[in-house]
Amino acid sequence: MFKHWKQGLVGAVAAATLTLPLTAAGALSDDKIKIGVLSDMSGVYKSLEGPGAVIAAQMAIEDFGGSVMGKPIEIISADHQNKPDIGASTAREWIDAKDVDMITALDNSSVALSVQGLAKDKKIITMNTGAGTTALTEEQCSPYGIHYVYDTHALPVGTATAMVKNGGKKWFFITADYAFGHSLRDNTGAVVESLGGEVVGNVNAPLSTNDFSSYLLQAQSSGADVIGLANAGQDTVNAIKQANQFRIVQSGQKLAGMLVFITDVHSMGLDIAQGLQFTTAFVWNKNEETIAWSERFQERHGAMPTMVHAGVYSAVTHYLEAVKETGTDDSDTVRAKLGEMTLNDMFVKGGKIAPNGSMLHDMYLVEVKKPSESQSEWDLLDVVSEIPADQAFISMADTKCSLVN
Amino acid sequence: MQVILAQALLGLNVGVFYAMLSLGLAVIFGLLNIINFAHGAMYMLGAFIALIGYSFLEQWLGISIQIGFWASLILVPLLVGLLGVLIERLLLRRLYDLDHIYGLLLTFGITLILQGLFSNYFNVSGTPYPGQPESLNGVVNLGFMYFPTYRLFAIVFSLVVCFATWFFIEHTKLGSRLRAGVENPDLTQAFGLNVPLMITLTFAFGAGLAGLAGVLAAPIYSVSPLMGADLIIVVFAVVVIGGMGSIMGAILSGLALGLIEGLTKVIYPPAASTVIFFLMVLVLLFRPAGLFGKER
Repeated sequence: MFKHWKQGLVGAVAAATLTLPLTAAGALSDDKIKIGVLSDMSGVYKSLEGPGAVIAAQMAIEDFGGSVMGKPIEIISADHQNKPDIGASTAREWIDAKDVDMITALDNSSVALSVQGLAKDKKIITMNTGAGTTALTEEQCSPYGIHYVYDTHALPVGTATAMVKNGGKKWFFITADYAFGHSLRDNTGAVVESLGGEVVGNVNAPLSTNDFSSYLLQAQSSGADVIGLANAGQDTVNAIKQANQFRIVQSGQKLAGMLVFITDVHSMGLDIAQGLQFTTAFVWNKNEETIAWSERFQERHGAMPTMVHAGVYSAVTHYLEAVKETGTDDSDTVRAKLGEMTLNDMFVKGGKIAPNGSMLHDMYLVEVKKPSESQSEWDLLDVVSEIPADQAFISMADTKCSLVN
Repeated sequence: MQVILAQALLGLNVGVFYAMLSLGLAVIFGLLNIINFAHGAMYMLGAFIALIGYSFLEQWLGISIQIGFWASLILVPLLVGLLGVLIERLLLRRLYDLDHIYGLLLTFGITLILQGLFSNYFNVSGTPYPGQPESLNGVVNLGFMYFPTYRLFAIVFSLVVCFATWFFIEHTKLGSRLRAGVENPDLTQAFGLNVPLMITLTFAFGAGLAGLAGVLAAPIYSVSPLMGADLIIVVFAVVVIGGMGSIMGAILSGLALGLIEGLTKVIYPPAASTVIFFLMVLVLLFRPAGLFGKER
């Protein structure tokens, strides 16, 4: 009986595979390219990605000429509300009913993992620009999943290394209590310990916590040199603001924002944020090229781009280039092409997409300026050092991704 | 030791909000016999009215108008109280002859409607309230910690409001009439007192207290549609522990449970969010009427 059941299943899968629409090389499956921007449009991560990601994708399409091989390029967008089930069901609908060819943005690691898992089964490329967890390219890596801007391995390499070398040996973590926070805390702890530092404590705070006071006081009483904030967005902003209210930094402890965006610094203000060091993939006023693009973005969005916004533009651009060069939207062909290309634009110089899906590029350690040093509203950061790609990201020799080893 | 003092003070900070909210619930339950599930929504509404008055009126109306924090402390309780009057007169009054559960379901429905409305316009993650007065921006050095002036102000202000309410109900002529009206409405009415009006005003007063707590909370926490929902279950536990209907019980158990929660965060952090419910179970087992409650 069991045997028959199993045979039946195999047969059904085989039949289903045969009935999948086959894509002939040299043509687009539905006479257009459709790109899905799935993001947090209303919650804690709205300002760092959200509607700005849609604008960045639109800019990429316009700069590309609005069409590829004479066929139109369209955008579709939705709010995943930071809920993996909503993210996955939206992605499923896009893929099944709306012929979406590539999904990007995807801040929030829980959502990103569920969408990447689904897209793997459906053979659709995801170019993740917003989520942090290394699981996307490690334990749960996918032949169609690309992790573009940063991950929780790259972030602490810059920030934690710099802080430990400056005497910040003892660390206490305040962790956002979900996949991303845990991953960031563990990776940062590993960096701290590898440099001879010590993790003296940790406290988990639920996502979107309003009151960090009690967690901050625990951190204060732990005797740690550094309070590591393994969270993001509004949570980081709240934690830093309240640390300021309780005079924690003035009392001698340092705050390390493990994931900070320029929009966070802007909303905190330099009075509170000055001196804070963190790692980023993009600095808008680094050179003429980045300034030109960022000012165009600001005109449309009303705020300067975060590294995620710049990453969406870059990811969409390179996806379209790969489609154009191969003459197809077949995911296997396009993914292979993306792996061969060297990525160059205002966001990335000499970037490579590794077999595990990780986009290898240089990162920057930055420090928030003093109010007296800032020349304009968005002149907020100084680059302290560059972190080469081979240090920032997990090497192919060490990866746990099953596609590589 | 320093840690314990610091967490105790933060616990007290949370405790005054528990006390103010459970006080309003206790007043409404004690005098009207209604389990007001909309109390958390009134608290949320208080915070939102303050936020809207400060940040959105100008944008919405197009004229230069801004209602600051001090004005909100007076205006918001009045507005939320007015809403209380409407709810009592138009809805709750029709349910007095029915079982408690009907009042509970009605107020729960009101909560869901208010939360839905605000979630639709303001997103669920919360909006900061920028109107904290300049004079309360600093910090106070308490020796064992730096404590934000505003939080200290919130603690003192709430304590004054709580004890004034208790004094009013237990030790003034009006308060004794109120209690008499609840004890025996027919007889009190025969003495020429307007009992239905007293009941309406009592409900409005309880709602106003929740609104006031919302204004006080706005600068400390972000203003969010779910802020009341997060708190109301805890506050119900506080009321049960203090004794349904006991005014002093609500105040003291609110403060005490805030402190206990704060201290649990030092001793065993993961238990901090459940310790109050654990105590509630114990109290229900051994003193079902609550620590300060009277058997009915």
